[in-house]
Amino acid sequence: MFEKVWDDHVVVPETADTPAVLFIDLHLTHEVTTPQAYTELRNRGLRLRRPDLTLATMDHSTPTRTEQVFGGVPIAIDSAAKQVKQLEANAHEFGVELFNLQDSRRGIVHIIGPELGLTQPNKTIVCGDSHTSTHGAFGALAFGIGTTEVGHVLATQCLLQRRPKTFAINVTNSLPAGVTAKDLILAIIGKIGVSGGTGYVLEYRGPAIEALSMDERMTICNMSIEAGARAGMIAPDATTFAYLEKTPRAPKGDAWAAAVERWKKLPTEAGARFDRSIDIDAAALVPMVTYGTHPGMVAPITGSVPAEGDAVFQKALAYMGLAAGQIISEVPVQNVFVGSCTNGRLSDLRNAARVLRGHKLAAGVKMLVVPGSQNVKRAAEAEGLDRVFLDAGAEWRESGCSMCLGMNGDLVPSGHYSISTSNRNFEGRQGVGARTLLASPETAAASAIRGRVTDPREFS
Amino acid sequence: MPAVRTIRSRTVVLPTSNIDTDQIIPARFLTSTSKAGFGKHLFADWRFDASGNPRPEFELNKPEARGAQVLVAGRNIGCGSSREHAAWALQDFGFTAVISTEFADIFRTNSLKNGLVPVLVDEATHAWLIANPGAEVTIDVESGTVTLPNGTIARFPLEGFARYCLLNGVDELGYLLSKSDAISAYEQAHR
Repeated sequence: MFEKVWDDHVVVPETADTPAVLFIDLHLTHEVTTPQAYTELRNRGLRLRRPDLTLATMDHSTPTRTEQVFGGVPIAIDSAAKQVKQLEANAHEFGVELFNLQDSRRGIVHIIGPELGLTQPNKTIVCGDSHTSTHGAFGALAFGIGTTEVGHVLATQCLLQRRPKTFAINVTNSLPAGVTAKDLILAIIGKIGVSGGTGYVLEYRGPAIEALSMDERMTICNMSIEAGARAGMIAPDATTFAYLEKTPRAPKGDAWAAAVERWKKLPTEAGARFDRSIDIDAAALVPMVTYGTHPGMVAPITGSVPAEGDAVFQKALAYMGLAAGQIISEVPVQNVFVGSCTNGRLSDLRNAARVLRGHKLAAGVKMLVVPGSQNVKRAAEAEGLDRVFLDAGAEWRESGCSMCLGMNGDLVPSGHYSISTSNRNFEGRQGVGARTLLASPETAAASAIRGRVTDPREFS
Repeated sequence: MPAVRTIRSRTVVLPTSNIDTDQIIPARFLTSTSKAGFGKHLFADWRFDASGNPRPEFELNKPEARGAQVLVAGRNIGCGSSREHAAWALQDFGFTAVISTEFADIFRTNSLKNGLVPVLVDEATHAWLIANPGAEVTIDVESGTVTLPNGTIARFPLEGFARYCLLNGVDELGYLLSKSDAISAYEQAHR
């Protein structure tokens, strides 16, 4: 599948000395990694080659407090406010469609691409954000790039790329009840390591993957980068087409039928060779939680922190304030975050709400629920999910990246344990000294009720 | 971007593996709209305590680190976020090369795009460098070699195009723009 998408986008083939020139079908942009690229364009007197293939949103440094988004209260962080203004000015000057702060279609860049139906099988998709791998859930080749490359795509709609290797992740059997896509991807990263995917495009396949919804597939592909992979892909199928057919910007009418016929040819043929492959038995999995300072430091929720490890392991435990061999379900939790491009879609909020319904947050627990987009927010409110969270004592916010990386001031206090549905548990990721435990929305909700890491299956 | 041919410098060693870009430059400093000035925030939470005072035990704060242009890091340096600010911060601080046994893909690309040389070495060379912080090394871009003070010469991979860009201080955008006709032909064929 990867080779088909790659081959279809080669403008100039690679040679021993030069990388391939690869055409990009969709360039998603946001306020944090574009300003310096636009400056470069301006300095060189360049325009956008294909504004029609470019979309801008604001998500990373934007406020989630309603009064700062809609109420005319200024954005609390001056430099963030300036960055947002700069994106507005750049989008206007260069003719890029922008969903600004108050736009009803705004949201996290990786949530809105699929929502709009811009994310489609066989597309090449890039964004100045590592979690661009999310879009691979549709059979797109999607990867994160730096700001210099953002400038390259703005100016030429192309990138210089070396062809990556392929890595099959075969997930056999099916996930047991109460075990989620988040648990599966954490288990995969735990198995292959945080650099196990470096230089590869991962293809997730097998019956357990085919059984997943699009939201779940996006959770899987989203965290491909946490294994170091260039991208992650899942073959498009009836589930993919059913999702896309309802989206506003997918092809319509005859064009839709023709597109589906093309997309059906995309999946990897049986017997195709991968550069590397592993098998994972989905049936053997339980909910997973990270205990360390990278996503590969992960343990079953029913288990313990490993009894021993190297210097990096020791350093991680010191930062986390955990002991070797400590029982995971005894780790206290003071902060809960549900949201992000990993788990900020409607089904994620439903899953957290299902566990939380009728319960209150444990004493001393703060919980922030941040929808991935304004669309997700409206849909959740239409189902009354906001009431479930508010009644439990959680905060319900406007969409954005928020506490996944804390750029906008949504921070976890130093020393606090934060169970988070996001993608990175690096030191300081959610705030200086914050101790992040990555988990599924269900596990986050269950832990919010008990005030310690809790297996959500206790609430089913 | 600056041309880079030969780097002769002492090293600073951060032996930790999996140094992610959130450590190199924490997210709260990314609201800048310029490429300049990130060096003062490089490794901010490792370099400074909660009151903003330098932690004397951190390698970059030691007197012998001053002026060093070569960072030796544990394996898988630059994992995580795609933020090019990590490469800008390292350069702005004074680094011109990073040596490791493994580079995260996006960080390696971002480094090359800015003339920060990613030097991928074998385990034995790396082990020697980790064990000898402050060693004076010579990195030669043209030959793709790093020479240790004991005379050992280790090769590092650099493809022709990347080497050309580094040696001549040229960014790849000019090359891509020169392919405009081929891009137009592709666009015509894929309407």
